[in-house]
Amino acid sequence: MVFRIPSLSAFRQLVLGLCLAALGSAAAAQDDAASGPIEGDVVGGISNPTSIAIPDMPTPRAVGTPAGNTEDLGRQVARVIEDDLRNSGFFNPVARQFLRDVNMPQVTAPEYPAWNQVGAQNLVQGYVQAGSNGRLTVGCYLYDVFAQAPLERAGYEVDYADWRRAAHRCADMIYARLTGEGAYFDSRIVYVAESGPKDNRVRRIAVMDTDGANHRFLTNGQSIVLTPRYAPDGQTIVYMSYQNNEPRVYIYDVASGQQRLLVNAPYMTFAPRYSPDSRYVVFSMAVNGNSDIYRVAVSGGAPERLTNTPGIDTSGSYSPDGSRIVFESDRSGGQQLYVMNADGSNQRRISFGGGRYATPEWSPRGNLIAFTRLGGGFRIGVMRPDGSGERILTNSWQDEGPSWAPNGRVIHFFRTPRGNSLPSLWSVDVTGRMVRRLPTPVGASDPSWSPLLD
Amino acid sequence: MIQFSKTAILLTASSALALGACSRSAPEDLPPPPVGTTGPDTTPTYSGPTPGSRADFLANTASDTIFFETDSHDIDPEDRAILDSQAAWLVANPNVRVTIEGHCDERGTREYNLALGERRANAASNYLAARGVSASRMTVISYGKERPIALGSDAASWAQNRRAVTVVPM
Repeated sequence: MVFRIPSLSAFRQLVLGLCLAALGSAAAAQDDAASGPIEGDVVGGISNPTSIAIPDMPTPRAVGTPAGNTEDLGRQVARVIEDDLRNSGFFNPVARQFLRDVNMPQVTAPEYPAWNQVGAQNLVQGYVQAGSNGRLTVGCYLYDVFAQAPLERAGYEVDYADWRRAAHRCADMIYARLTGEGAYFDSRIVYVAESGPKDNRVRRIAVMDTDGANHRFLTNGQSIVLTPRYAPDGQTIVYMSYQNNEPRVYIYDVASGQQRLLVNAPYMTFAPRYSPDSRYVVFSMAVNGNSDIYRVAVSGGAPERLTNTPGIDTSGSYSPDGSRIVFESDRSGGQQLYVMNADGSNQRRISFGGGRYATPEWSPRGNLIAFTRLGGGFRIGVMRPDGSGERILTNSWQDEGPSWAPNGRVIHFFRTPRGNSLPSLWSVDVTGRMVRRLPTPVGASDPSWSPLLD
Repeated sequence: MIQFSKTAILLTASSALALGACSRSAPEDLPPPPVGTTGPDTTPTYSGPTPGSRADFLANTASDTIFFETDSHDIDPEDRAILDSQAAWLVANPNVRVTIEGHCDERGTREYNLALGERRANAASNYLAARGVSASRMTVISYGKERPIALGSDAASWAQNRRAVTVVPM
C-alpha cells in the first residue's frame, strides 16, 4: 500500500542530514524529561509540543467517489491527521484560522516564509487523488519549516471506504519521524460497550478505529460478554461470553463474524490472551473453586496446565518473544504479579509493594509490564519485568485493565466512577503526563488494542 | 459492624419474603370452583406456593442468599444456618435442580472477581453437598462483579453484593 513518490533526486541525502538534526533535538528533549520527577526510557514529553501546520490537501481533479468528493476528502484527511497528532500529546497543530490554502504545485514547493510566520515548526502537505483503478491515492509530505527542507514523504493507495486509514498512516509516518517512537494510529480497539443500570447492564463487544471512527458492535447484548482481546495478527478476537448461561472463552473471526468455543470443558474459562504468534491462547479455568492458568492451541486440542496452586491464578499475558508469561496470583495472600516461563516453570513473584497488583499486560516492546494496583482506589502503573522501576500513572476511583498500543508507548484502560455510572475508556502515555478520554457512543470497558494494520 | 449490617440485610430480605408470601396467599386470587362440581371436596385445601417451586423454596428456607466478608469465601455460622435450611428443603424436593450464583463487590478487578465468585458459589455448593444434596443437582456460575444488587459505592452496598444465591427454577 505504501509507495515512494518519485520526485526530487537529492531527496534522500537531504533527508539523512535533517534526520540527524532531528535526532539531536530529540536527544535534548530526552535530557529535559530525565531531569523531571518521572524516571523511564521515554523520549520527548509534552512540556513543549511541536507546532505543526496541516493545511487542507488539494486534489488535482475534483471527482465524486463513494466516500465523497476528492475536494472534501482532502479537507477531511487533513483533519484526521491533525486530530491524531494532537491526541498523541506531542504536537500542537496550528489553529485552522492561520492555515493557508495550498494548491497542487505548492504541495511539493512549500511557501516556507509564510508557514514560518504562523509559527509552524513543521508542515504537513499532501494531495488526494481518485485513481482510474477505483482507488484513492493520498500523498503525504512532511517539511521542516525552520530548515526550509523536506523531511519525509509517502503515498498511500486505499479503497475509497478506507480513506481514513490513509490519513492515519500519514499521521503515523509523521509521528514516527518526529518522535522516534513506533507508529500506532492505524490500528483498532476492541472493547466492551456497556449500557443500562449497574444491576441490569447490557454488554456488547464493539470495535472501532483508534480515533473512535468506524464503530460497530460485534455481539447483540443478549449474553454478558467480557475481556475481548485482539489476536496479534488482527484476524480474530478472543473473549468470554455467558452464552447459554455458561461462561466460556470464545474465538471470534473478524472477517466472517463466526465464533467458536475455545475449550470444551464443564468449567468456567476466562481471562484469555493470545500468544505473540497468535497460535496459542493462555487462559484461566476454574475447577471446583480453584482457578489455574492453562494454554491451548487455537487450532484445538487438550489444554495444558501451567500453574497448580490452590489460589486464584489468572490474567496471564505473554512476553512479546513468547518465552515468558506474567500473571497474577493470590497464593501469598493477596493478588500479586508473577512471571513464569511459557511452559509454567520458574514461577516467581515480581511485585512487592503495598496493596494488591492485578491484570498485568506485557508491553509489545518487552521492556515494561502494565498493571492495575489496588489499594484505596485502582490505579494504572508500569514496572520492568523484574519488578523494578515501578511507576503509577493514573489516580482515580477505579482505573482498571491496561492494554498497550502497538508502539508500547501508550496504554488504554477503563475508568469506573463511584455509584451507578457507566465506565469509559481512557489513554495514558508511559510518562503518565498525557491522560485522555476516548470517545465511545455508550459506556465502555476492557479495551484491547489491535496490532498495526497493514 | 459488619455483622450488624449483614443482619440488617437479612432482616430486610426476610420482610420482603414475608410480604411476598402474603400477596401469594391472598384468597381473592383463587379461581372460583368449576360449575357443576358437587360432593365432598377430596383435595386438601392448600393456599401456599406450589411444592418444589421457587416460591416454596423462598417460603420454607431462611434465605436464598448468604453473604461473605471482603475477598473471602468462608462460610460463617450465620451462613451455615441458611444453608442448612436450604439443604433440608432440597433433600425434601429431590427432583429440583438448582443454580448457585457467586457474586462479588466492585472492589476487585474483573477477572479476579470471576474467580472469587466461582469460589463463593463452590463454597455454598460444597456445604450443601456435605448436607446430602447431590452435586449433580447443583450448577455453579460466577458473575464476578457484573451483577450487583446494590448500586452504591459504599460499605453497605458492597456487603449486599458479596453473596452466593441459590436459585430454584420458577
